[in-house]
Amino acid sequence: MNIMMLLEMAVAGYGDRVAFVDAEAQQSITYQGLFDAAQNAASDLRTSQASRFAILDVSNLAVPIGLFASSWAGMPYVPISYRLTDDEIDGLVERVRPAYLVTDEDHIEHFHTDSIVRWHSRNEFLTLARNGSANGAEPWSMDGDDTAALLFTSGTTGVPKAAVLRQKHLVSYILGSVDFMSADTSETALICVPPYHVAGIAAVLSSVYSGRRAVQLANFTPEAWIELARAEEVTTAFVVPTMLRRIVEALEHEHHAQMPHLQSLSYGGGKMPLPVIERAMALFPDTDFTNAYGLTETSSTITVLGPDAHRGAAASEDRAGRRRLASVGVPLPGIEIEIRDDEGRVLGPREHGEIYVRGEQVSGEYEGIGKLTDDEGWFPTRDGGFLDNEGYLFLEGRADDVIVRGGENMSPGEIEDVMMTHDAVSDVAIVGVPDEEWGEAVVGVVVLKHDATVESLQQWVRDRMRSSRVPEWLEFWDELPYNETGKLLRREVRARLTESTSGNG
Amino acid sequence: MGSLTPGTRLKSAVCTTEIMVITAPPEDIEITCGGEPMSRGADADGPSVHRDHAEGSVIGKRYTNEDGSLEVLCVKAGEGSLWAGGAAMKIKDATKLPKTD
Repeated sequence: MNIMMLLEMAVAGYGDRVAFVDAEAQQSITYQGLFDAAQNAASDLRTSQASRFAILDVSNLAVPIGLFASSWAGMPYVPISYRLTDDEIDGLVERVRPAYLVTDEDHIEHFHTDSIVRWHSRNEFLTLARNGSANGAEPWSMDGDDTAALLFTSGTTGVPKAAVLRQKHLVSYILGSVDFMSADTSETALICVPPYHVAGIAAVLSSVYSGRRAVQLANFTPEAWIELARAEEVTTAFVVPTMLRRIVEALEHEHHAQMPHLQSLSYGGGKMPLPVIERAMALFPDTDFTNAYGLTETSSTITVLGPDAHRGAAASEDRAGRRRLASVGVPLPGIEIEIRDDEGRVLGPREHGEIYVRGEQVSGEYEGIGKLTDDEGWFPTRDGGFLDNEGYLFLEGRADDVIVRGGENMSPGEIEDVMMTHDAVSDVAIVGVPDEEWGEAVVGVVVLKHDATVESLQQWVRDRMRSSRVPEWLEFWDELPYNETGKLLRREVRARLTESTSGNG
Repeated sequence: MGSLTPGTRLKSAVCTTEIMVITAPPEDIEITCGGEPMSRGADADGPSVHRDHAEGSVIGKRYTNEDGSLEVLCVKAGEGSLWAGGAAMKIKDATKLPKTD
C-alpha cells in the first residue's frame, strides 16, 4: 500500500480537476499536475542522499507535492512547525538527519547545519517539481510497512515524540473514511490546519481521494477564514475548537454567517466548549456539523459525531439529550473503542476510565521508543472518558490532567464545562496546584466577557457540583495559552498559577 | 499466483483492470478478471474478456467474496468482472460517513 496509489486513482478518475489552490500566492495545481510534480520531486529526492523529507512551511502547494513525492521516493515525510524557536527547530532537524529540507524564504538563511544534505526554498522546490520532466521514474514501493510520515507530537507535556505513521495506516484511514470520487465538481474544501498537524495530512489525503478542490489558507485569522470561505464558495471545512470560537466571536454581531455554500463544518483536535458549538449551530443553521476525535498516533479521526446527532441533540428538550452534543460520537467502521481502569480491566457503559483504541489505521508507534500497543493491538490514548449506553464516547481530558484532591479524582473538564455556561465566561482553564492540606488544590483562570466577581463564579460552581469541585481561587487573564493547533497548554497555566501561590506566601 | 497479502497489486490478463488486496484469507484463493487469472506481472496480453465475465470493474469500489474473507480495491477500471474462488465478487456498499476533514 502507498498513498501514491490514491493519487494515481485520482488522476485516472478526474485528472483535470483542480486539486489544490494556494489562496495567498494565487497558484493552483490539477490532480494530473500534482502527480507529475510528485514524480519530478521524487526524482530529486532520490538523488539527494537524504533519508527524510522535511518541510518547514505554512500550507501551500509544496505541501501536497512534498507529501506525495516523499511517498513515491520511499522517504518519510516530516512536517515541522514554523512556530517553534530556532533552537527547537534545529533539535528536530537533527533527529531526522540526513534530511532534504523545503522551507520558506525567511527560514532558508537560517540553516547551516550538516543535518541537511539538500535544501530548497519553497519556490525553488515548486519550480523543479512543476517544470521537471522525470517521466518514467522508478515506481513507488507497495510495502505497507514503509514509513509514510513522522509527526512530532505537540509536546504540551514534554519533549516532542516522533509518531511513526506507516503507509498502511494512512491508506487504511482513507479507505475506511472516504468514498472515492464522492465529491462533485462544485465541492471546495478550506484547509486551515497547519501541515505539521495530523489533520493537515488527513485533509490533503481526504480531499485527493474524494476529488475535491482544496483551498489552502496559510495563516489562520477568523477574518481571513470568513473572507476566503465566502470568496471561494467553500463547501466543506475543518477547524480546531479555538478557531471555531474565534470565527463565532467574529461573526457574533451578524445574525447569520452568510455562507450559503458551506454544507459541512467539522471540528476536532481539542475539547469543544458546549456554548461555542451551540452558538455556531445557530449562526450556521443550514450547515452540517461533525465532531471528529482522533490522535496523531491513530492517523487522525477515530470517532465521529455526525450532523444528525448534532441536530437531534440541539433539538432535544431534556438535559440528557442535549448532553449528546458534548460527545465525540461513535467509532468509524473498523475502529474499536474500550474504556479500561488503572488495572487494565474493561469497563462498562457510564464507567470512567482511559480510552483504548484498535484498528488498521492505529499506529501507536514512536521513533526510538517503539510500539505502545498491547499484544492484541490496543493503543492506550492517555485520554480519559466513558461510553454512554448507546456507545457514544465522551472525553474527559488527558489522563495526565486529572486533579487528585484529598484522594478524590476529578477531571478539570467537568468543572470547566459548568463554568463555561456562566454568561460572563469566555474561556476557562482549571488545574491542580500543589497544596499542603489536600495534595492538590483546584484553582483556575478565567477570561471574562464582562465583569464578574470570583465569588459569583465560585457560587455558580457550588450550586451545580459537589463542593470539592469549587475552585479555591481564580485569576482573570486576558487570554489562555494555546498552542497553534488549539491545545490548551495546561502545563503553562499550572506553572504560572503555582508561581502565584508561592508568591502569595 | 502466490500468497496474497494486504497491498498486493494484481493486473488483469485480458483488460485494463487493476486491483489491490485489502484483506486476504489465509488459504490460497484464485482471483480472476474477465475469466482469466490475475497476476502481479505485465499488462494485459492474454485472450479477450470471456462473455460471461464482462460486466466490468469500477475504480474506487471495494469488492468482497461470499464470506468476506477477501476484500480488494479496484484501482483501475476495466471491462472484465472480478471473480474469486469460482464466484463473482460483489461490490461492498460504502458506508455513508460525514466529512471529517
